[in-house]
Amino acid sequence: MTGDAATILIVEDEPPIRRLLRTALGAHDYRILEASTGAEALASLRHHRPDLVLLDLGLPDIDGLALIGRIRAVGPVPIVVLSSRGDEAAKVTALDSGADDYVTKPFGADELLARIRAALRHRLQEQGAERTFTSDDLSVDLVRRLVRRGTEDVKLSPKEYDILEQLVIHAGKVLTHKHLLREVWRNETVDPQYLRVYVRQLRQKVEADPSAPRHVLTEPGIGYRLV
Amino acid sequence: MVAGVPDETRPSPDALLKAAQKEARGKFKIFLGAAPGVGKTYAMLAAAHRRKAEGVDVVAGVVETHGRAETEAQGAGLEAVARRHVEYKGRALDEMDLDAILARRPALVLVDELAHTNAPGSRHPKRYFDVEELLAAGIDVYSTINVQHVESLNDVVARITRIRVRETVPDSVVDSADEIELVDLTPADLIARLNQGKVYVRDVAQRALRHYFSPGNLTALRELALRRTAERVDDQMLSYMREHAITGPWAAGERVIVCLDPGIAAANTVRAAKRTADGLDAELIALYVETPRHMLLTEAEQARLAEATRLAGQLGAEVVTVPGRSVVEEVLAFARSRNATRVVVGKSRRSRWFELRHGSVVNDLVRSGSGLVVEVASSSDKPEPKGPIDWLMGAPRSIGPYFEGVLTTALATALGVGIDTHVALSNISLVFVVPVLIAAARHGLVPSLWVSTLSVVSYNFFFLPPLYRLTISDPANVVALFFLMFVAVVASALGTRTRAQAQSARREARTTADLYAFSRKIAGVVDLDDLLWIVVTHLARLLNAEVAMLMPEKNPGESGHLVLRAAFPPDSEFHDADLAAARWCWDAEQATGRGTDTLPGGRWLFVLIRTSRAPIGVIGILSLGDPPVLPESARRLLEAVGNQAAVAIERVALAADIDEARIGAERERLRSAMLTSVSHDLRTPLASIIGALSSLGSHRELYDEATREELRGTALSEARRLDRFVGNLLDMTRLDAGVIVPKREPVEVGDLVSTTLRRAASALQDRTVVSSVAPGLPSLSLDFVLAEQVLFNLLDNAAKYSPAGGRIEVEARPAGTGAGDRVEIVVRDEGDGIAPAALDRLFDKFYRADDGDRRRAGTGLGLAIAKGFVEAEGGTIAARNRTDRSGAEFIVSYRTAP
Repeated sequence: MTGDAATILIVEDEPPIRRLLRTALGAHDYRILEASTGAEALASLRHHRPDLVLLDLGLPDIDGLALIGRIRAVGPVPIVVLSSRGDEAAKVTALDSGADDYVTKPFGADELLARIRAALRHRLQEQGAERTFTSDDLSVDLVRRLVRRGTEDVKLSPKEYDILEQLVIHAGKVLTHKHLLREVWRNETVDPQYLRVYVRQLRQKVEADPSAPRHVLTEPGIGYRLV
Repeated sequence: MVAGVPDETRPSPDALLKAAQKEARGKFKIFLGAAPGVGKTYAMLAAAHRRKAEGVDVVAGVVETHGRAETEAQGAGLEAVARRHVEYKGRALDEMDLDAILARRPALVLVDELAHTNAPGSRHPKRYFDVEELLAAGIDVYSTINVQHVESLNDVVARITRIRVRETVPDSVVDSADEIELVDLTPADLIARLNQGKVYVRDVAQRALRHYFSPGNLTALRELALRRTAERVDDQMLSYMREHAITGPWAAGERVIVCLDPGIAAANTVRAAKRTADGLDAELIALYVETPRHMLLTEAEQARLAEATRLAGQLGAEVVTVPGRSVVEEVLAFARSRNATRVVVGKSRRSRWFELRHGSVVNDLVRSGSGLVVEVASSSDKPEPKGPIDWLMGAPRSIGPYFEGVLTTALATALGVGIDTHVALSNISLVFVVPVLIAAARHGLVPSLWVSTLSVVSYNFFFLPPLYRLTISDPANVVALFFLMFVAVVASALGTRTRAQAQSARREARTTADLYAFSRKIAGVVDLDDLLWIVVTHLARLLNAEVAMLMPEKNPGESGHLVLRAAFPPDSEFHDADLAAARWCWDAEQATGRGTDTLPGGRWLFVLIRTSRAPIGVIGILSLGDPPVLPESARRLLEAVGNQAAVAIERVALAADIDEARIGAERERLRSAMLTSVSHDLRTPLASIIGALSSLGSHRELYDEATREELRGTALSEARRLDRFVGNLLDMTRLDAGVIVPKREPVEVGDLVSTTLRRAASALQDRTVVSSVAPGLPSLSLDFVLAEQVLFNLLDNAAKYSPAGGRIEVEARPAGTGAGDRVEIVVRDEGDGIAPAALDRLFDKFYRADDGDRRRAGTGLGLAIAKGFVEAEGGTIAARNRTDRSGAEFIVSYRTAP
């Protein structure tokens, strides 16, 4: 994984936060582009083709959600949204309209870097680079359809496997309920209750302590994330 | 004079107040003439020209020249406001355009013929009301009037000239003039003018005119006018003396009482009393004593009484009604209470027989020895019209009572026959007293006379020899008939009076009961709309009318803007014109609409209700009776209910004010608590952060690696704490703003607990956390984010109030009556528990269980937010001390998804 040379476009209207992000990300050898308005962001996107966009939803000139659509129209660049707590609806909308992940303000540097790495990895995975996932005692090999906890093989039902497959493809990234329903059930209008039931069964099988899951995590009000 | 009374040397406050009120009003000048044709209009125009020459803005509102060339010439050169053309019954009438004048706002307006009656449909029925409005608007007015149009002189003039004019002006209006100028012409000159055709009298035939303008009449009229003006000058002198505190020989305020009665001469009596009062410069009080006989008044009598009452009001008298049994007693009592010296009563042409039975008020008053001067106003020359005879009035019209009489007589006869066969009773006729008494007591005079006749006949037939034949041979028979009839008359008179009193008492009792019921109904009402609804429905039932309630809009800045607040029936027709009339009532603070002097053509009657502090609103009444005018008794009832309603409305408004004040005080307390919290609890972490970071920045080289790491750690953890505080404040703000709408989704309790524990991990670092979730718990329908925050706040609280290394337990378990009815999530700590005094206030905003000087870090919002969120989701939260060991226990209970 060679994300170190990646270019990140920071779209944020608050200079202190821009400065903080520049310092924190620059220290990890990312190349940094900055934009303080939506218009600047779109111009920079066309000229410099960054590898990832870090987008604040509250911009002075354009609605953040609308900007996601405009960025998606330009290309498939990963987008990580910066938003505030208590605004779950906006996060879900942002994710459903094409953002890859979000970070809640105020955030720690570790969390932000983890999200950026996950988003960049996701881009590589889409290109067919990785089809496996390993974390602690859990390993998944999508090519061979193997799921292993510690040393034991885990047997999953087809739906459980489909859910896990989605989580692995987008490992580290939050997946909305809608996304999972669309990809697994091929129908967004299915009752999310099914999803919950399958996730509970999945946890019974892949988690060491299902009552304190460490891999399949709930993002309250939004969806699930595999770490 | 009373020497040494300081008040006399200082201007009387009343006099100054009156003068001040006059300041704001326009000046009112009347040109008074003894008869038509003396040249009032000419004099007025001449005066107007003089004022105009002085630079005053003069316009002619209405000037009647009656085609007199010299008057027309005089009128030239003055700006005239165009008249308003009104069609009435095919006749085109020209009326003064009041609104145009008000819009034009001249300094002085000429309004001829003050006594003029406006065309139907005008705002006011009489021109002098128009003048009132002009004066109130601050415009000076010149007007003219003939002496015969002055209300109190009206019948004097009529007696002199034999011509009664219908258009009169109340004395109060004439008296309110700032200046009266007498336009005088000798009778000889006036007759000369008449002969030249220069005199025009409307609606009077030429032949009558000749009589009117006889030298004798004119001399008498001229004297009246002169005297009136002279009295006026006296008044002005007096009021000048009072204003300037000149001690003068005026009498202490005398009072004259005029007794209102329903007699034919009632209005004359009132006018006579007004003249007496004016002559004495005394206050006039019109008194009506409502005796039980009031209920027996005929329609005509009631109308005359109402007319006299209204006239008294117009003449500036205070009108008082007192209930009582005896007119004389009540008049005497009232005169004593008001310190009145003179009573004016009308002498009606009642029969001596009537006076024998009912007594004469005049005679009784004179005999009372009260020291009152009793003045008797002789009645008009017309005798009382022959109505139905008094005692026939109460006669029942149905056949029932007469038939009953036949029956009781027959029974009495049978009884008599029975007694006669067994006992030798000398005077069996006594038996017949019984049916006569019964009829008299139950049905009044006529049926009892009928029964006495029947009794005499049957006594004659059955008991007097020759038996079974009707003959009057014995004088005893005649005597019996006489006595039976006497019994009938006396007993029926007693019975009638008793019945009338009982009826009147019943009516009073019903009114009282109604009022009582009403006051009880409105006593507990706290909502204004409920109260208004009760008022309108109650009044509608009581008065058999449609009722509307109007009040000014809430905004006190636009208090003049009345709006309809309640009506019964709710779909009552209420037009813009009605609303305008109601607003008029509100602005002028007087009754308006049907049955009043202002806008009498309207459909509704509007009365103002007020408390002693301020006017409250306007009640509109659309009477459904026939005719649709409220009778006097209903007006009084309306007033009583209106007063109660006004007080109740004020009470509700005051209660709302007090509530608002209390809420304001509570808000103030919270604000100061929040200020304390924000200034203390936000600054503490900020101080740590700034201190740590600035140390790292300036003196980095002084610290070893471990110290630097510690400073960095402090800054970070304090920043996280700050974040939690801000989060709490934001949550509380959202709760207070009421914008929290739970976004419900099915929530696994286990998932909720584990997710929250992950997030709380840093706060729970040095605690042992044990969680247990009962297997098979149903999923809950909750907003995951809110539920997580609740549990997080409880865990945070537990960490704060228990010692490091302590155990914190989280337990989720089913609860409730039905299996799985509710799910409880319990958080237990091992701290000191909750002080009993704190249990009540634990969930209050900004409350913190402080113990002594050890102040826990926190905003005091965590539990309040937890409670707010739990309740927003329909759950409950409770706190108690653990029973197994020291420590607190918080229980959140949610209903399971149905």
